[in-house]
Amino acid sequence: MTQRRVSPDSRRVVVVGGGHAGGTLVGLLRQAGFTGEIVLFGQETDLPYHRPPLSKKFIDGDLEHWLRPPEFYPEQDISVRLGESVESVDPVARRVYTSGAQTIDYDVLVLATGAEPRRLPAPGADLAGVLTLRTLADARVLRKAVISGGPIAIIGGGYVGLEVAAVARAGGVEVTVIEREERVLARVASSRLSEILAAYHRERDTTILTGAQVVGLSGEDGRVQGVLLGDGTRIACDIALVGIGAVPRDELAVAAGLACEQGILVDGQARTSDPAIFAIGDVTRRPLPGVDGLQRLESIPSAVEQAKQATAAIVGAQPVHPEVPWFWSDQFDLKLKIAGIVSAPPGTVLRGDPASGRFALFHHTDGRITAVESANSPGDFMAGKKLIAGGERVDPVRLADPAVPLRGAVIT
Amino acid sequence: MPIITYVLPDGTEHAVDVPPGQTVMDGSVRNNLPGIVAECGGSCSCATCHVYVGPESQAFFDEMTDEERELLEFADGTREDSRLSCQLVITSECKGVRVTVSADNG
Repeated sequence: MTQRRVSPDSRRVVVVGGGHAGGTLVGLLRQAGFTGEIVLFGQETDLPYHRPPLSKKFIDGDLEHWLRPPEFYPEQDISVRLGESVESVDPVARRVYTSGAQTIDYDVLVLATGAEPRRLPAPGADLAGVLTLRTLADARVLRKAVISGGPIAIIGGGYVGLEVAAVARAGGVEVTVIEREERVLARVASSRLSEILAAYHRERDTTILTGAQVVGLSGEDGRVQGVLLGDGTRIACDIALVGIGAVPRDELAVAAGLACEQGILVDGQARTSDPAIFAIGDVTRRPLPGVDGLQRLESIPSAVEQAKQATAAIVGAQPVHPEVPWFWSDQFDLKLKIAGIVSAPPGTVLRGDPASGRFALFHHTDGRITAVESANSPGDFMAGKKLIAGGERVDPVRLADPAVPLRGAVIT
Repeated sequence: MPIITYVLPDGTEHAVDVPPGQTVMDGSVRNNLPGIVAECGGSCSCATCHVYVGPESQAFFDEMTDEERELLEFADGTREDSRLSCQLVITSECKGVRVTVSADNG
């Protein structure tokens, strides 16, 4: 993005949500030369921060990794209103109403309201010690609980649950992961990666239960002491972390009459059905090149890409090139990087050896890579991401042979 | 305080103070310079902080890890002098450091 020289802009951009998406957008607007007013509302009382440390470093790392240092915002003339939420939007008057009983008019509104943890629909879910992990405040509570507590039961074997399991286990805590589906990461990873990761966790003495239905939580004096399963088993715990997915916080958009369908519907420039309103990040349902329909992608790269899209549209710059979706996860000493959309692909090639902790699974349709799931293998990841974007065909036999350089597997 | 010069993809140059202990990436993010996206916040995960390090500046920094080398091998626009700026830690020795920000950071 290049610095644009423009005459002072009289527009006011109001951003609702101070997560990675909203926090990135306000910086990008100034980078792109936007000279109008920028107001960012953040419901939390913390400045925009990096979320990965919350699950990856919650025991002994630095939790507070700010997206930008505090002095950044005044220097960039960005007005940040923390602890204040937007309660409603009037899209005709182009006005928002805040929890502080104030109104503020906008020329451009950006909804970056994110997602919130899905609640566990089971009795006992309101006991003390039943936690979720989404915000910095949640991570501070979890850290305290894990340091002072005993066994932890993690309800939901998704990426957040498994990251927490790995950190807790590495810290010597007794961990049980309870997954409703027949495998962990059922919605987001290939069955092969699920198997490999489940084995990796089990080898490190994490108990993983699959096909396990949580029917309730039991406690004493209002504090959780166990998770009750459908088969009558009781898993004793001092902490139960619920990680069963996140639901988009699209209530504001629904009430404002924007097109929503479990998330705010946006186009490839982050535009909603209202021309003055954009939406970015986890709250959106967005198009992806080469994939039918709209997708919810809960990832930092997607949030950043949409912040770039919205910035370009707001300042009238060239639309940004579409990116291959990807995300990362750390579990024990495995640095996982996944690119593309993992759906049941016809072919999968394993490159490397899972037992060595360094491998990649390339998923392909007739030699064209659709997704790559890699562990401690950043070269395979980067190459896979490029192959997904470029659409070149590879020879699966050569790709499976680590002795053949990756470039040598491409059919030219 | 060490002064780092960033040559941006549009050709403009920006000289900024970066305290020892911070990285070349931190200095860019802190000053809102375009071109370094830094999606992962500096954990050598995303390769969106790619820079070219001038020959007179290379010796100030540690050798590449295998992880950084592999990420760069398949990054767009990689050259002999490519580095990931999140891995370039500034010390008080750093004098006249000059980096060119890759145009391919997305």
